[in-house]
Amino acid sequence: MSQHRPLLKRLLIISSLMFGFAFALVPLYDVFCQVTGLNGKPSMQQAKTSESINIMQQVDVDFITHAQAGAPFKVIAKNQRMTVNTGEMNKVTFKASNLSDKDLVMQAVPSVSPGLSAQYLHKVECFCFQQQPIKAGESVDMTLLFYVDEELPTEIEEMTLSYALFDISDKL
Amino acid sequence: MNDSIQQIDESSEHHQPSGITRWLYTTNHKDIGTLYLGFSLLMLFVGGAMAMIIRAELFQPGLQLIEPNFFNQMTTVHGLIMVFGAVMPAFVGLANWMIPLMIGAPDMALPRMNNWSFWILPFAFAILLASLFMEGGGPNFGWTFYAPLSTTYSNDNTALFVFSVHIMGISSIMGAINVIVTIFNLRAPGMTLMKMPMFVWTWLITAFLLIAVMPVLAGTVTMVLTDKYFGTSFFNAMGGGDPVMFQHIFWFFGHPEVYIMILPAFGIISTIIPTFSRKKLFGYHSMVYATSSIAFLSFIVWAHHMFTTGMPLAAELFFMYSTMLISVPTGVKVFNWVATMWRGSISFEVPMLFAIAFIVLFTIGGFSGLMLAITPADFQYHDTYFVVAHFHYVLVTGALFSIIAAVYFWLPKWTGHMFNIKLAKIHFWLSLISVNVLFFPMHFVGLAGMPRRIPDYALQFADFNMIISLGGFAFGLSQLLFVWCVVQCFRGGDKVPAKVWDGAEGLEWEVASPAPYHTFSTPPVIK
Repeated sequence: MSQHRPLLKRLLIISSLMFGFAFALVPLYDVFCQVTGLNGKPSMQQAKTSESINIMQQVDVDFITHAQAGAPFKVIAKNQRMTVNTGEMNKVTFKASNLSDKDLVMQAVPSVSPGLSAQYLHKVECFCFQQQPIKAGESVDMTLLFYVDEELPTEIEEMTLSYALFDISDKL
Repeated sequence: MNDSIQQIDESSEHHQPSGITRWLYTTNHKDIGTLYLGFSLLMLFVGGAMAMIIRAELFQPGLQLIEPNFFNQMTTVHGLIMVFGAVMPAFVGLANWMIPLMIGAPDMALPRMNNWSFWILPFAFAILLASLFMEGGGPNFGWTFYAPLSTTYSNDNTALFVFSVHIMGISSIMGAINVIVTIFNLRAPGMTLMKMPMFVWTWLITAFLLIAVMPVLAGTVTMVLTDKYFGTSFFNAMGGGDPVMFQHIFWFFGHPEVYIMILPAFGIISTIIPTFSRKKLFGYHSMVYATSSIAFLSFIVWAHHMFTTGMPLAAELFFMYSTMLISVPTGVKVFNWVATMWRGSISFEVPMLFAIAFIVLFTIGGFSGLMLAITPADFQYHDTYFVVAHFHYVLVTGALFSIIAAVYFWLPKWTGHMFNIKLAKIHFWLSLISVNVLFFPMHFVGLAGMPRRIPDYALQFADFNMIISLGGFAFGLSQLLFVWCVVQCFRGGDKVPAKVWDGAEGLEWEVASPAPYHTFSTPPVIK
């Protein structure tokens, strides 16, 4: 037995490390996606304002929302489609309604398609940065302030910003 | 010195506990190997019965026999049982029986842990199977338990599924550690690594794969558990998690897992083919390197299971090419087996029949795998019966056929009797024909667009599904012949000499048949 102990110990350590590695994959995955922008997750950090405008490059931006798992919210952008110049600051107002008869808290999670364009969409202000309490049956206006990076590859002419809406009242 | 060891051995043999306690307390590698093999045979029939229920429901279009929810439980538990209950324990059982005999060791290095790693298994499967009979039912989200199916939408018994997978994982990790320590520390003097039999080599590499990825599986199910019951959000976008990440973590385990289920099979075939071709294995060194490179590549191909999740082009290309790269070392193996048979004095004993069937049919499974690796084509094949056909060719006619071949090959060594050759040959031919009637038409219904994991299907698939079901029933029934052959062989039969097969090589053929309870108490001399 004693002759086996060193090897046994090493193998047990490898197994434990690999168990930890499964959990380490979670932050690694997020970092990897942020660095490469592969999965369409835009940054949740507040961006600085843009300083210049490229009048030569235009891109169409669509805004869609969808409520997840029967969350009783309806969110519609006043302009559902915009044509913007890269570098130009844009403001979009979303009208959010609570369709239920209870006071609820909403969380919107953004995602951008095509995935590679996510890293070029900078949000200076977004209702998705905070949880949004909405009273029963009421509607509120929410603001998104964004610009598209001038570095955006020219082959991307169209992008869609999609918000998944969750009811997080129970989780608070 | 030698005499005293001999005496200890004999006396301990006389003081063996009898009855059930012999099996409960045993630390003997042969007993534990037998337990593992017996357990996996039982699980083969439990999982097989579920497959019969699935095929009975799919015999005709429309819902005939069972509810869709129960159908989903059947496909899920069939997969889990066959992977973790039938194929893996069978290979561990063969490792327990044969590795000490092949490397001239008296037993496994850690016999008490060996006992434990077997005896927790029945509890794991009891928990899993019991959940089928509870309110809410068993797991119904597929053996891959994708989130959010296994988190948001699963029933309350998911915790039982998670714990049973935990126990299976612990058992596999302990088994793998035991194999590695045995191979590294207990080889007979003179048996260098490059003199080890191929079966030992493939198992060594498999064991490393096991300790690398089974903990990742344990981590994945733990995340599912906390997501479902404790409010974490690993896979829940609402809390900042990501359901696609589930698939990445799962397949990081899942792809090496499929090689865990086939590498020992390669070892078995590399043992049987030279024996009945009466030649040395062609390209032993290239076999070792091919096995190692398959194991290495298995870690960098996982996302080929996820082409349709919306990956960027660069990633799709990377995973497509790395997947296709695996066919190179696999091809080396297939060509080496064929080259071993080339100009050999081949005889067609039962293990050889299964081994040759393995080479042909596993290669078919490999080819359909290559088709699935082509990203643009995979969008068509994804989640269809083509995939079902592919993985059943590599797992049934691959892994399972190799296990059956191994059992027929070493059964005379274990029991001291020759099995009923005529019956075994009937078993082979029935299995060979029915397995192809069962799985080959699945390619066509898959290409025509029939999705997997559904209890009902469009009318145009009716005829083919009836043929598939008939093949399935025939294949299931044929395996009863296998059980009869094995049972008969344990009870009696023609006595066999120590070297059962005249072309066989290796230390296991130097001990008497049946193999004595204790072997190689003094290490053999390796030339």
